[in-house]
Amino acid sequence: MNFSLERMRRSPVYYSFINNKVAMVSAAILSTLLLVSILAPFIAPYDPWDQTAFDIMDSEYPPIGSSGADDRFLLGTDDMGRDMLSTILYGTGISIAIGIFATILQAFMGISIGLVSGYFGSRLDSFLMRIADIQLSFTTLMVAIIILAVFQAAVGLNSYERYALLMIVLVIGIAEWPQYARTVRACVLAEKKKEYVDAVKVIGLRPMRILYRHILPNTFSPLLVISTVQVANAIITEAGLSFLGLGMPITKPSLGSLIRNGFDYIFSGSWWITFLPALVLIVLILTINLLGDWLRDVLNPKIYK
Amino acid sequence: MFAFLLRRFGQAVIVMLVISLLSFSIQDQLGDPLRELVGQSVSEEIREQLRDKMGLNDPYLVQYWRFLKNALQGDLGTSYFFKRPALDVILDKLPATIDLVIAATFWILLFSIPVGIFAAIHPDHWFSKLALSLSILGISIPVFLTAIFLIYLFAVELGWLPSYGRGDTITLFSTWKTSLLTLDGLSHILLPSISLASVILPLFVRLIRSEMMEVLESEYIRFAWAKGLRRRRIWFLHSFKNTLLPVITVGGVQIGIMVAYTILTETVFQWPGMGFMFLEAINRVDTPLIVAYLIVVGLIFVVTNTVVDIIYGLVNPTVTLVGRPT
Repeated sequence: MNFSLERMRRSPVYYSFINNKVAMVSAAILSTLLLVSILAPFIAPYDPWDQTAFDIMDSEYPPIGSSGADDRFLLGTDDMGRDMLSTILYGTGISIAIGIFATILQAFMGISIGLVSGYFGSRLDSFLMRIADIQLSFTTLMVAIIILAVFQAAVGLNSYERYALLMIVLVIGIAEWPQYARTVRACVLAEKKKEYVDAVKVIGLRPMRILYRHILPNTFSPLLVISTVQVANAIITEAGLSFLGLGMPITKPSLGSLIRNGFDYIFSGSWWITFLPALVLIVLILTINLLGDWLRDVLNPKIYK
Repeated sequence: MFAFLLRRFGQAVIVMLVISLLSFSIQDQLGDPLRELVGQSVSEEIREQLRDKMGLNDPYLVQYWRFLKNALQGDLGTSYFFKRPALDVILDKLPATIDLVIAATFWILLFSIPVGIFAAIHPDHWFSKLALSLSILGISIPVFLTAIFLIYLFAVELGWLPSYGRGDTITLFSTWKTSLLTLDGLSHILLPSISLASVILPLFVRLIRSEMMEVLESEYIRFAWAKGLRRRRIWFLHSFKNTLLPVITVGGVQIGIMVAYTILTETVFQWPGMGFMFLEAINRVDTPLIVAYLIVVGLIFVVTNTVVDIIYGLVNPTVTLVGRPT
């Protein structure tokens, strides 16, 4: 199989992409955000995780262009004297990383359960889907708030901060598996009636091989669509958790914890500590959602009926 | 039908049992009730006696059974901080949260239905496109950010509206303190309810629009056009009525989501409701209050979902009820 650029260029997805300004601009902004957050350790002017690198005397400088700004800090500083630009760069990276890892965990759990549920059917299927219904009815944010809050109360704030990243990924990852499981199950139900599945059965392949090598690839496009939405949702959930003080600690802040930290200062007029990370967060989620919308329109033939 | 109701009810009971078991395990692990009661100055011997007397040395299941029995009688323990029955504390805070949910639901119904219908009927109109773009923007702004922006604009910069608290309240039916009926209360609830509505409203607009567009494509609507029925009749009677079915199911789930989002909204606006109380209880490690909150919120979720399922089963003639051959 020739997986060349030429082949990609002739695909309808690519055609739709270059003819859709919104999708192109979103992709450009999103890849820029991704790139700068990955390169943050190299391009950030200061290291926001290093407690000794900043000085409380530098606190609350406004961004350059406002009166009272300091040349060293392009976007100003926060209440601890940290450079806003650097903290935002690092924070964006943390937010994106949590979104992606949580989604990978969801996908892994959900796809496995959905495949098994849809293919083997009967009792197991109705049991698993019942569990999925119940789990979904409790909503991820609620489940995450409760689990993390109880965990925080149990281990104490200091130890909590060390495990926060892992816990958030685990909680968001585990709580959202039904989204994938349902989609995959619905696809499997449709796919397994098709002739190619009969054919591989006749050849005598084992069920697991049929599932993973033959059915799974055919569920790919709906999975791609929900994955984008899931990453955006995971980032929003993480931001909410951090805003409540249940997420990333302020020493290693995500965008949500930066906003929480700045919220105390908007009443005194230091708007940039809140609004700059807020702006990045919104742009990040918005571009992912716009791309997800575009993908759904392209990959879902139902629209064109 | 009876079998369906029974199964649905049975499931609700099982879920509540699981929630109670989880809550009990939390209570068992989190904090020491004895220390809250007598402090640190009591000798080990007396402690042990007290533990025996309070039943803290009983087997796990015995303790769980006692917890369950008490819970069914409305006794969810006594809050360490408020020194009052935990359920009473929560019931005190509940009206504030319900006020918020009612006000937000009002905004949602007021805007989502007309905008959703309009966008479905005129998909190419500039207003529909604007509404759709705004809805994507709305989905992409986390609820606490909407709240912060509103506070900054209307409370800090313009100074028109208060940024925290409930304002004046009126007591209804001798128990219900509501801020929906005083001018001061309304000015306090305006910003929190708008920010709470801002997450759900876009979802509803999109949902109503897409469901209605699907209905408008269906055979019976084409037949209705062919029959020469009037436009309004087709849109509002034939189409919209059938759009409502999926909206009911999703709407039920959204009530649960709203309860979760009240925690965020109440935190930003320091709204004295259940969610704000829960976070405070977490910070104080007030275990009985945490547990009571879990049980009450679990009950709200289970009841709304059960009711929505049952309504859906009753309203939708095509639904295959469980237990019946397809």
